[in-house]
Amino acid sequence: MRSMALAVVAMAALCGTGGQLSAQVNKETISVTGAGATFPYPMYAKWFDVYHRLHPNIEINYQSIGSGGGIRQVTEGTVDFGASDGPMNDEQLKAFRGKRGCDILHFPTVLGGVVPTYNIPGVTGEIKFTPAALAGIFLGTVTRWNDPAIANANPDMKLPANNIVVVHRSDGSGTTYIWVDFLSKVSKEWKREVGLGTSVKWPVGLGGKGNEGVSGLVKQTANSIGYVELIYAVQTKLAYGSVQNAAGKFIKADLKSVTAAAAGAAEDIPDDFRVSITNAPGDDAFPIASFTWLLVPDQIKEQAKHKAIVDFLHWMLADGQKMAEALEYAPLPKEVVEKEKKAVEKVH
Amino acid sequence: MNTQPSLSEADRTPEPGAYARTRFRGLVRLGDPLFYGLTLGCAALIIVVTGWLVSQLYIHSAEARHELGWRFLISQNWDPVAGDFGALPFIFGTLVTSVVALLMAAPLGVGTAIFLAEMTPRRLSSFLAFLVDLLAAVPSVIYGLLGIFLLVPLLSSTVVPAMQKVVGFLPIFSGSFFGVSLFSASLVLVIMVVPFIVSISREVLLAVPVEQREASFALGSTHWETVWKVVLPCARRGIYASVFLALARALGETMAVTMVIGNNPQITKSLLAPGYTIAAVVANEFTEATGDLYLSALIELGLVLFGITFVINGLARLLILATGKGLYHHG
Repeated sequence: MRSMALAVVAMAALCGTGGQLSAQVNKETISVTGAGATFPYPMYAKWFDVYHRLHPNIEINYQSIGSGGGIRQVTEGTVDFGASDGPMNDEQLKAFRGKRGCDILHFPTVLGGVVPTYNIPGVTGEIKFTPAALAGIFLGTVTRWNDPAIANANPDMKLPANNIVVVHRSDGSGTTYIWVDFLSKVSKEWKREVGLGTSVKWPVGLGGKGNEGVSGLVKQTANSIGYVELIYAVQTKLAYGSVQNAAGKFIKADLKSVTAAAAGAAEDIPDDFRVSITNAPGDDAFPIASFTWLLVPDQIKEQAKHKAIVDFLHWMLADGQKMAEALEYAPLPKEVVEKEKKAVEKVH
Repeated sequence: MNTQPSLSEADRTPEPGAYARTRFRGLVRLGDPLFYGLTLGCAALIIVVTGWLVSQLYIHSAEARHELGWRFLISQNWDPVAGDFGALPFIFGTLVTSVVALLMAAPLGVGTAIFLAEMTPRRLSSFLAFLVDLLAAVPSVIYGLLGIFLLVPLLSSTVVPAMQKVVGFLPIFSGSFFGVSLFSASLVLVIMVVPFIVSISREVLLAVPVEQREASFALGSTHWETVWKVVLPCARRGIYASVFLALARALGETMAVTMVIGNNPQITKSLLAPGYTIAAVVANEFTEATGDLYLSALIELGLVLFGITFVINGLARLLILATGKGLYHHG
């Protein structure tokens, strides 16, 4: 992976000199490289492409190698910025400081949601899930569909007495991180027994690779339940259930309710933006939502690169946000955008 | 039976290039060492690459090896959150799927090869062999999709319920079946490795000198006796080699397996339960592995897989050596 990034850097450098010679303008081509999360990749690709067209001398190359890889590479300094679906933990921040001699800043870019999808023969309606029911199902303590934990929230549905088959992601992913982050917040037992991570030790269930693997298994297995990204569910027209939020309302996820989750949590967002917004307050907030972040070092020595990255961040927070909904990403709420604009000043 | 004539016949044929050597002696004298060096370099490269691979796996798994020690090999706990890693369920899944696959693929593959080499007219045989080679070239993700969309539904709707009615009392076929399982993974592996066995075994069978068969027929053997007692023993080494090549492929197969195995690290009696393999977990978790110990544990899994392949290939060598003696002196 690292050699790949090096190759990209080398190629970018070559392109850079080439452009400089042929264009014969004063403006030097500036290449910025980034790597990380796959979830926001379609959005980032669009942004970087549009931004390059607006500013032909700035090229931003992004490799979607996964959040873990993004964090590693930005720590090693093989890329200019990283991207991750989960915030870096304190240990990783310390490692970054130790290696690079400066701090790293988190910039939320867009939001994602994760929804429960299920397949119960004979049941067509939308099932309402309480947090306790979801935690119980994934812990393996709620084993049948007609368990009171599920049935009580769905009085007008006839749920069968069949055993529940749990399906989860087998690959490490930000989607899993958001899902178990929610379960950790609503269930002490989950927090104690399983915990939080991009891959966890699942108490029960089958593993499917990627969103398509999970939804494929759910479709093929009667009485199963799994979780997928909201975008994936929307694009593939997958049926999914609603989830009870912190205010006690059952919310069916859409872009609006995901943005509402960020707005609900806006007051409590710390200055470094390393925050989980699952189970956020607010009547309209969908409880299983998260930011995805760009990871930018707070000291960028090359003047040109520094300017390019800072300008891009400002553009992303203004015009960039307007492009999110077309690609079915939830845009940041106003409160967060304002706060981030100030934070961009911290990049030296 | 004595096969020496056919062997020494090969020795009698004039050495290729003998003419050229006398004609361009000076040039060839330079060419030979050059050719020698070139081929030596190619061969050495294999050793270098293998050694480099092992050393890299060894170096980068240092943290896991120190932290977890031998417990890594015997622990069943794989918990990335708590930072505790045990490889046993993955080793179990890897060995079980590969061995079960081989038990089915070897007879199937060798049988097909015998049919193609001994019973089919040459032209049809070549055509069928071409189709088999084509199967070997299909990317593994295609087999995975085939597994998910055809095999798994077929198994869960028809095959496994019927099977459980008959042999459900056996522990290895007990329990509930979700479609994805060790068994499904084994079946996909069978489809994937049979072409290797067929393709190589057929070539080896065809290479058995025709005089052998003629001699056997002359002694009054039936077709069946000739194949079983003469042709197969002659081709034994090559057939073993094909089976072990297939096993190596099965051990390392990743995409197709992870799509149909259920990805649940557990050790079960039942083949119908979901499982997990080493190659699958590495592919699944490597990109998002953030902790150093986590990453190091995944790399150690790679080292373990290398070790397994190494041991199995070693055993294969021993087996071939042990049976090799009988090649020309059987009966």
